[in-house]
Amino acid sequence: MVPVSYYVLLSAVLFTLGVVGVLTRRNALIVFMSVEMMLNSANLALVAFAQRWQSANGQILVFFVITVAAAEVAVGLALLVTIFRSKRTTDIDEINTLKG
Amino acid sequence: MPDIQIPSIDLGVSLQLLIIFGGAMVLLLADLFSGEGNKRIVGYIALLFVVGAAAAGVPYWDAPRSTFNGMLVLDNFALTLNWIFLLSTAITILISLEYLPRQGIERGEYYALLLFALGGMMLLAQGTDLIVLFLGLELLSITLYVLAGFAYPRLSSEEAAMKYLLIGAFAAGFLVFGIALLYGATGTSSLAGIANKLGSGLAADDVAFMLAGAALVIIGFGYKISMAPFHMWTPDVYEGSPTPVAAFMSVGTKGAGFAALARLLLVALGSQYATWGLILAILAAVTMVIGNVSAVAQTNVKRMLAYSSIGHAGYILMGVLSAGSPAAANRGIEGFLFYLLAYSLTNLGAFAVLIALEQRGEAAWSLDDFAGLWHRQPFLAIAMALCMFSLAGVPPTAGFWGKFYVFTAAWEAGLQWLAVVGVITSAIAAFFYLRIIVQMFMRDPVREISPSLDRNLMIGVGLAALGVIVFGISPTPVIDLVQGSVLALSR
Repeated sequence: MVPVSYYVLLSAVLFTLGVVGVLTRRNALIVFMSVEMMLNSANLALVAFAQRWQSANGQILVFFVITVAAAEVAVGLALLVTIFRSKRTTDIDEINTLKG
Repeated sequence: MPDIQIPSIDLGVSLQLLIIFGGAMVLLLADLFSGEGNKRIVGYIALLFVVGAAAAGVPYWDAPRSTFNGMLVLDNFALTLNWIFLLSTAITILISLEYLPRQGIERGEYYALLLFALGGMMLLAQGTDLIVLFLGLELLSITLYVLAGFAYPRLSSEEAAMKYLLIGAFAAGFLVFGIALLYGATGTSSLAGIANKLGSGLAADDVAFMLAGAALVIIGFGYKISMAPFHMWTPDVYEGSPTPVAAFMSVGTKGAGFAALARLLLVALGSQYATWGLILAILAAVTMVIGNVSAVAQTNVKRMLAYSSIGHAGYILMGVLSAGSPAAANRGIEGFLFYLLAYSLTNLGAFAVLIALEQRGEAAWSLDDFAGLWHRQPFLAIAMALCMFSLAGVPPTAGFWGKFYVFTAAWEAGLQWLAVVGVITSAIAAFFYLRIIVQMFMRDPVREISPSLDRNLMIGVGLAALGVIVFGISPTPVIDLVQGSVLALSR
C-alpha cells in the first residue's frame, strides 16, 4: 500500500502549483482553473487523511467541496461572460477601473 | 468503518436557520408572482421573516443545546451573534427598498439572496464543526459575489464582483487545505474534538500539520475579515458594489468571519494561544495602522469607509485574540460582541446616509457632497455626525464603549502595547471622521444635490442612529447581554 504521506506530499505540490497559478496567470479562466486545483489538492489530502484515520468525515467534506466549487465556478463564469460582453477581455489586469 | 448512525435531531437549534432558509425560498416564489416594478412587496416579506427569526430565538436564551452530532449549537454566544446579524439584515433591507428602484436594478431575487447570505452568517455563528463552518462561509461568499455584481451592466459593479470572487475563491482554497491539514493532524473535524486531541498531545509530525493547517485556516478567514495583509480587495469591492450591499458586506461578512474565527481559535485552538496570540496581535496592529492611515488620504467617502472598516477589523480582532489569554477570557469575548454590535449599527447608518446622497447615474461619493448638509437635511446631518462620532470612538456613543471594552481586554491580556497602538490609530482616525462633520456643519453647499429621503430609508437611518446614541448613553442592557453570552462559551 502506498503510504499516506505520499498522497499528502502530492497534494501539497498540487496546492503550491495552484497558488502559483493564481498569482502569476492573468487570464481569468486560467485563474479559475488554478483555484480548482487548490481545492482539488485539498480533496486529495482529505481522502488520504480519511484513510489514515479510518473515519468518513474527510470523505464527506470532499463531496461538499466539490459541490461548492461547482457553484463558485458557475457564478464566476457567469460574471466572466457579462464582463466579456462589455470589455471584450478576460485579462484580469485590464479590469481596473476601480483604484485609489 | 463503523455503521452509519442517524443522530437524533433537535430542530429547535436550527429553528432560526430554518425560518431564514424557508423564507428565502418563499421569497423566490413571491418574486415570481409579484408584478414588474412592484418588488417592494418581496422586501417587506423578507423583513417579516427576519423579525420572525429574531423572535424565534428568544425562548432559547440561556438554554444552550447542540444537535446534528454536535455540529450545530445554539448557545448564548451564537444567539447574540444571530441577533446582531438579523438586525443588520433588517436595516439593510430597509435601506435597499427605495435604492434599488431608484438605481433601476430592482430585481426580486435581491432579497432572497440577502436571506441566503444571512443564513450563511448564522451557520458561521452556530457551527462547531469545520465542515459546517466551511459550508456557512461559502454560502455567505457565493451569494455575496452575486450581490456585489447586482448592479450589472454597470461596469464597476461587475468588476467589484469579479475581484471579490477571485479573491474569495483563492481564500477558500487556503481554508479548505487548512481544514484538510487540521483534520489530518487530529482525525476529527469537530472543534471540541480537535481541542480534546490537542489536550492529549500530538506526535511531532502531527504538530507540524496542525500548525500549518491552523495558519492556512486563519489566512482563509483573514481574507474574509479583511485583516492585513489580506485586505487589498476591500476598497475596490466596496466602492463598486451597490451601496446597500457594501453596507451589508462591511458588517455581515466581517461579523460572521470573526464569529467563526473566535470559535475556532478559542474552542479548538485555545491551548495553542502561546503560538497564535502574538502573531495575531501583530497582525491586528498592522491592520489598524494600514486601515486608518490609508483612510486619511481618501476624498471618496465610500472608499474612506472601506478603509476605515479595515481599521475596525483590527479593533475587533483585538477583542477576539485577547479572549485567548486566560486573564481576559471573558472580557475579550464581551468586547468582541459589544464592538461588533456598535460597529454594525454605526457603519450601516453611515452607508445609509451615503445612499440618501446617491443620485442615479452619477455617484462620486465626494467629500464635497456633504458640504452644508446641515442646512439642507438636518436629520441626515445629525445621523451622520452621530455615526462619525461613534466610528471615531467619541463618548457618549456606542463606538466609544466598544473601543473602551476591547482596549481594556487587550490591557488585561498583557498586550499593553497593542492597546496603545489602538489608541494612537483611533486618534489618527478621528481626523477623517471629523473632517466630514466639519464639511456638514461649517461649510456651504458646493454643488446642488437633493438628498432623497424616503420613509424606509429614514427608518433605517433612524434605527441605526438611535441605537448608536441609546447604547452610548446607557450601555448597560448590551453589557448584560454580552456578559450573558460569555458564560455559555465554556471551554
